[in-house]
Amino acid sequence: MFETSLTWNDVLFLLQGAGTTLTITFWAVLGGTILGMLFGLARATAPWWLNAPIGFVLDILRSVPLLIQFVLANSFKSILKLNVTAFTVGCVVLALYTAAYCAEIVRGGILAVPPTTRRAARSLGMTYTQDLTNIVFPIALRVALPSWIGLTLGVMKDTALVLWIGIVELLRSSQILVTRLQEPLFILSIAGLIYFLMSFPIARLGARLEKRWREND
Amino acid sequence: MHGSGHGSKSGGVKMIELKDVRKSFGSLEVLKGVSLTVQKGEVLSVIGGSGSGKSTMLMCINGLEPIQGGQILVDGIDVHARGTDLNKLRQKIGIVFQQWNAFPHLTVLENVMLAPRKVLGKSKREAEEIAVKQLTHVGLGEKLKVYPSKLSGGQQQRMAIARALAMSPDYMLFDEVTSALDPQLVGEVLDTLKMLSEEGMTMILVTHEIRFARDVSDRVAFFHKGLIHEIGAPEQVIGNPQKPETIDFLKSVL
Ligand SMILES: Nc1ncnc2c1ncn2[C@@H]1O[C@H](COP(=O)(O)OP(=O)(O)O)[C@@H](O)[C@H]1O
Ligand SMILES: [Mg+2]
Repeated sequence: MFETSLTWNDVLFLLQGAGTTLTITFWAVLGGTILGMLFGLARATAPWWLNAPIGFVLDILRSVPLLIQFVLANSFKSILKLNVTAFTVGCVVLALYTAAYCAEIVRGGILAVPPTTRRAARSLGMTYTQDLTNIVFPIALRVALPSWIGLTLGVMKDTALVLWIGIVELLRSSQILVTRLQEPLFILSIAGLIYFLMSFPIARLGARLEKRWREND
Repeated sequence: MHGSGHGSKSGGVKMIELKDVRKSFGSLEVLKGVSLTVQKGEVLSVIGGSGSGKSTMLMCINGLEPIQGGQILVDGIDVHARGTDLNKLRQKIGIVFQQWNAFPHLTVLENVMLAPRKVLGKSKREAEEIAVKQLTHVGLGEKLKVYPSKLSGGQQQRMAIARALAMSPDYMLFDEVTSALDPQLVGEVLDTLKMLSEEGMTMILVTHEIRFARDVSDRVAFFHKGLIHEIGAPEQVIGNPQKPETIDFLKSVL
């Protein structure tokens, strides 16, 4: 028989870590998506003097490894004696990182809307804003959704890096258990399963929406 | 001076007037001084080689493109004047393009309802009533709940026509609306245009269908290199053209 010294308390400990992973993912994706939509809209429509600096900052966020961003931000927090938790730092850094990628996805989606379709909307008397909200955004959403789902799943895995600034999320809690119980295969399998169970509904939701939309066009 | 008939706001005049209109894209001058008047109720066909500026002229008329010289008046309103509310003006000028430009995320019914709801502020019920009426009118009464991707090109083009008509425009501009269609689908769209002309719709019809133009138009204009070379009754411009350019063009397409 298979024997393990893993107790229910340990499983609870893992699930707590998973809760932290989900919470960070939630805030990072929420904040990152809202910011990403603003930046992406600016990237697709703003004049160059606004577009260029935003593009530059987003380039930096995308090209510096996330781990370095976490550690740097956490050090700045200490240097500046900011009264925020490591958890907040983790969420903010990851949200900005997500925003940088989300902006490009949003920009791509908006630019994928044919100018002739937008012209048709304007020719019916719709204002610039009405065209954006009724035509451009819905079409762009369909184009961007698969990449956005991919981004969200990626961010969930990237949350593991916050263990470097002292946050006990799912990966860190499994490490702690591995060290204590010396059953790496079993414990990491459970952690992997939990990651999968958290990702699966998101991936499914994406596939469902995509299928529904594909039937229409 | 009272009673002068030449004020820029000539009150009750219902027509489209182009006065020496010039339009360039960068250094390329596309319209080189086009003057034209289309009276309410008139059907004007515009023929001419590709690249001669026909599409550009239509886009200038409803302010989708700016102009560099001259003036365009619609019911006495200067389209390109600073204070002109283009969104309001466009409500009375419908335009249908060569590419039908369906809104792919909306059903046929929703495509047609959208502008009446958002632009005219109609209620959902009113908008639906209008849309159903216009779609039935162009023969799409059975396709209300369908997405545009499920329609043929001809059906999508008729939907685009219904979508423009749903705004109850005073003028309709058609830009080669049959050019992108398979030959067997051209007829159904031309029939729709013919029906509109018989109902008294004021239309400017850019077309390559010379026979059709001769059939439905009150006047025909021949466009060549950014200028109207010849304009007049169809029997005259198509039946008995005077300028060598017109004669050459008609030979090439008939
Ligand atoms: N948006 C644009 N930018 C630059 N050039 C354009 C644009 N639209 C049209 N043109 C040019 O203007 C000329 C007239 O085009 P168009 O009005 O489409 O002609 P037509 O409809 O008679 O075929 C062509 O040489 C075309 O290349
Ligand atoms: Mg053209």
